[in-house]
Amino acid sequence: MSMRTLSRKIVNVVMLTLTGVCAVFTVSVLFLILGYLVYNGGKSLSWEFFTRLPAPVGESGGGMANAIVGSAKLLFLAALLGVPVGLLGGLYLAEFGGRTVPFVVRYMADLLNGVPSIVIGILAYAVIVLRARHFSTWAGGVALGFMMIPIVLRSTEEFLRAVPRSMREGAMALGASKWRMIVSVVIPAASRGIVTAVLLALARVAGETAPLLFTAFGNRFWSPGWSQPTASLPVMIYTYAVGPYEDWHQQAWAAGLVLLGLVLVTNITVRLIVLRGASAQRS
Amino acid sequence: MSNAAAPQGAPAPGVPENAVTNSTTKPLEASTPVPLRMQVRNLDFFYGKVQALHKINLDIAGNRVTALIGPSGCGKSTLLRTLNRMCETVRHTRLEGEIRLDGEDILAQDVTRLRRRVGMVFQRPNPFPKSIFENVAYGLRINGIPANRPGGLAEAVEHSLRRAALWDEVKDQLHKSAYALSGGQQQRLCIARALAVDPEVLLLDEPCSALDPVNTAKIEELLFDLKSNCTLVIVTHNMQQAARVSDSTAFLLNGELVEFTPTPQMFTTPADARTEAYITGRFG
Repeated sequence: MSMRTLSRKIVNVVMLTLTGVCAVFTVSVLFLILGYLVYNGGKSLSWEFFTRLPAPVGESGGGMANAIVGSAKLLFLAALLGVPVGLLGGLYLAEFGGRTVPFVVRYMADLLNGVPSIVIGILAYAVIVLRARHFSTWAGGVALGFMMIPIVLRSTEEFLRAVPRSMREGAMALGASKWRMIVSVVIPAASRGIVTAVLLALARVAGETAPLLFTAFGNRFWSPGWSQPTASLPVMIYTYAVGPYEDWHQQAWAAGLVLLGLVLVTNITVRLIVLRGASAQRS
Repeated sequence: MSNAAAPQGAPAPGVPENAVTNSTTKPLEASTPVPLRMQVRNLDFFYGKVQALHKINLDIAGNRVTALIGPSGCGKSTLLRTLNRMCETVRHTRLEGEIRLDGEDILAQDVTRLRRRVGMVFQRPNPFPKSIFENVAYGLRINGIPANRPGGLAEAVEHSLRRAALWDEVKDQLHKSAYALSGGQQQRLCIARALAVDPEVLLLDEPCSALDPVNTAKIEELLFDLKSNCTLVIVTHNMQQAARVSDSTAFLLNGELVEFTPTPQMFTTPADARTEAYITGRFG
């Protein structure tokens, strides 16, 4: 009994503690970030922050209204490119195409997903910025859109595949054509999952800085239309955080808080959608 | 409904008695010829290189219940799925031979039209993630509601739910999700969904295998009522069920049709030794 049991018990306690500490560590990183942001950013977060332009260099005060609007415009463009391409591509992978084509496309999509975001920025820079000879909202939106495509594509595919065969057969047995079945039964059944995936993809690219550095660039003023450089929250955070003024650092914290807040809200919304869906299917 | 007592009155005491009770169901004797609805001729079916059905010949009589029985993997579900060409939805399959519906070759027909005439109910209830109403209306919507139907969609849905004996249970919650229903109700909803397009033939693939005895009894009772304007083909694992609900029974083994006779005869005086061995429980 003694030695073996004792050593087993010791190993058990040690490993249990280790796994527990790691789990707590993971959570505490999030809370550390959140707490730090609220502590530092909360102070300079005011109504002005959301409504005013950045103050001229040397003056204090001002806000980041242009960056918030700029981020929204960039995300809109990204969604315009990433959502339809990802959705239709995912639809093709899940429902059509034999075996080899989806295999290759899936593999490529995973590779694209793994491409460092700055490289995607370079692509958009080479393809759009160099040709147009100026930075633009377009270029930034396209770069973010490229990043969204593989995320939306892969999750669309998975959620469509998860729709049970029995449901498809039910539709076909009533005389539905394949397209009809997909549009009227399979997509509605997968829609919650797909909406979730799109929101998560948006939240993910909302925080991307690297692809915007030399595409959307940055702007201290409003950016009318789509073909001028625009400010965005992540780039503003970068610029202000490395800037020389204490007052800028405060604003960078505030911008970080706003960005994280948006991402958190999106995530929680997604969880709620998924939960509602799950309970609707069960009861 | 003269034979509605039979299903309840035959809980267990051995198949043969059961079948004899059912022989009050007159019609299938040779003296009263029944019009044939579907004919299967020399049907071979392959999954890849594996042959699942061998030279099947089967005549399905109109307004009757035909049961397909046999051990797992004998090909009874495959045979059922050839009748509305659902077998084509599986890749790498091949069908040889002839299947006729009212004398017309179904393989040459438009599959959409065929499946509207030959409906299907599956082993597990498979409602769509839509409301009860929309589930029943689905077939009508995709096929275009026939112009001559008085009262339109709502009436058609009510009519189908009534035929499936579900109306009274769901009439106040037509716009709730179909998933809110119990398993037995879901299966009757699937029957209502299939009936909504007014099929001439209804295929049922072990429709009660996921249900409790009470719901099974309800569905069996339903089959008797449906016979008056529909031809039914049912695959079942349960021999008592075949004896209770069917007019004629086909016994399949290893992809071959061993015996096809009126049900009472199948369960009292089977012609083939293998049929006898199966129905007396010596294998399968």
